[in-house]
Amino acid sequence: MSNPQQLRYSKEHEWLSAAEDGVSTVGITEFAANALGDVVYAQLPEVGSAVTAGETCGELESTKSVSDLYSPVTGEVTETNEDVVNDPSLVNSDPFGQGWLFKVRVAEEPADLLSADEYTAQNAG
Amino acid sequence: MSSTEPTELRHTALDAVHRSLGATMTDFAGWDMPLRYGSERDEHLAVRTKAGLFDLSHMGEITVTGAGAADLLDYALVGNIASVGVGRARYTMICQADGGILDDLIVYRLAETEYMVVANASNAQVVLDALVERSAGFDAEVRDDRDAYALIAVQGPESPGILKSLTDADLDGLKYYAGLPGTVAGVPALIARTGYTGEDGFELFVKPEHAVELWQALAKAGEGVGLVPCGLSCRDTLRLEAGMPLYGHELTTALTPFDAGLGRVVKFEKEGDFVGREALQEAAAKARQNPPRVLVGLIAEGRRVPRAGYAVVAGGQVIGEVTSGAPSPTLGKPIAMAYVDAAHAAPGTEGVGVDIRGTHEPYEVVALPFYKRQK
Repeated sequence: MSNPQQLRYSKEHEWLSAAEDGVSTVGITEFAANALGDVVYAQLPEVGSAVTAGETCGELESTKSVSDLYSPVTGEVTETNEDVVNDPSLVNSDPFGQGWLFKVRVAEEPADLLSADEYTAQNAG
Repeated sequence: MSSTEPTELRHTALDAVHRSLGATMTDFAGWDMPLRYGSERDEHLAVRTKAGLFDLSHMGEITVTGAGAADLLDYALVGNIASVGVGRARYTMICQADGGILDDLIVYRLAETEYMVVANASNAQVVLDALVERSAGFDAEVRDDRDAYALIAVQGPESPGILKSLTDADLDGLKYYAGLPGTVAGVPALIARTGYTGEDGFELFVKPEHAVELWQALAKAGEGVGLVPCGLSCRDTLRLEAGMPLYGHELTTALTPFDAGLGRVVKFEKEGDFVGREALQEAAAKARQNPPRVLVGLIAEGRRVPRAGYAVVAGGQVIGEVTSGAPSPTLGKPIAMAYVDAAHAAPGTEGVGVDIRGTHEPYEVVALPFYKRQK
């Protein structure tokens, strides 16, 4: 699998798009989606809520387990992907596209976000 | 992820095949087993509608032979094993002296004085040790045959057709819970009509050195009818829909067969003593007077999935505990098995919920199983 070059990544397997008008899109990587298995339920943060980098903001449930969803940045949630709420399998079928999770007005970014190459290397083992 | 001491995992004879198919592997009772090859949901639905191919080589086979084999098994297990006909199989349990369930088993009678006991992978050593200990004084030999067999299962409505194309064995004459020796794709096999999916299907016990050859032949024979390789993940959702208990979830040493609603496997009428008889008689009497918690099915109204250990609630009180839960691919909703107080066990009981990480989600109480195949 290839991780898109234009995105940045958290160690917890979220991706973050480059900000447009201060707003970035967040999803989980294909690596994370594969590890989860079929996603069957997505609890996303509420629009207007504050999220903090590295802290839990929702959960993703798969056949076998529940995983916390972390925010890769600090900011305010401006939109959530209702298509994913209605059809969580989008997270598996198109994690970097239609399976995006939420948009966030970025207030602060942590210093340790990874480039595509760094993230790929982290999960190569 | 929690870090644990690295331990040497055991690999089945089909390990290279799984890796070439791109399986996601998982540690299961010390074995490196395929969890899924692609989507576990697709694998599940393939077994329900077409066919699935499973590597179950982690299961523990123990052979019991000798003139006293039947007597030993009647003493060691709760079932009436002497009454099993040659070529037939029986679902039974092995209990502790206090009645607690050590494991659930399938016992095949291969010959007049030869039985094969199949234990769960996680309990195989416990069962082996118990059988050896209980064999003292019986004219019988207990043999560890865990390394002597690979086990491949073909499950699903297309499985009889697939197998028929590879064997001359009389499959039409082979009933559910029966087994016969034969040849499949040129490989000697014990062909058993058993499984753990709720579908018609077969389990093939073969020598490990024949496993790859047999797997490839089955995969090829099933190509045109939708056979897919299946991992342990869909095996769990299949058995859950079929209402079949899983050791460590619905069955534990803390429960007797009567607590688990499976008192019918205990045969008090058989001759002679058996391990656990006294305790089980008390458990049976207690169950009649004061019904224990009942194993029921729960179907979610919402989408959040109940997991083992979650509390079942009603009117703000804990009335039970989930033992297994998963999204059901067949029903399209989360389902669970749970032990609940008898007062709340009737199908359709109002006001029952599951505490899912702090929120009480509504659930419908139903009778098991969730799914029964059309015959």
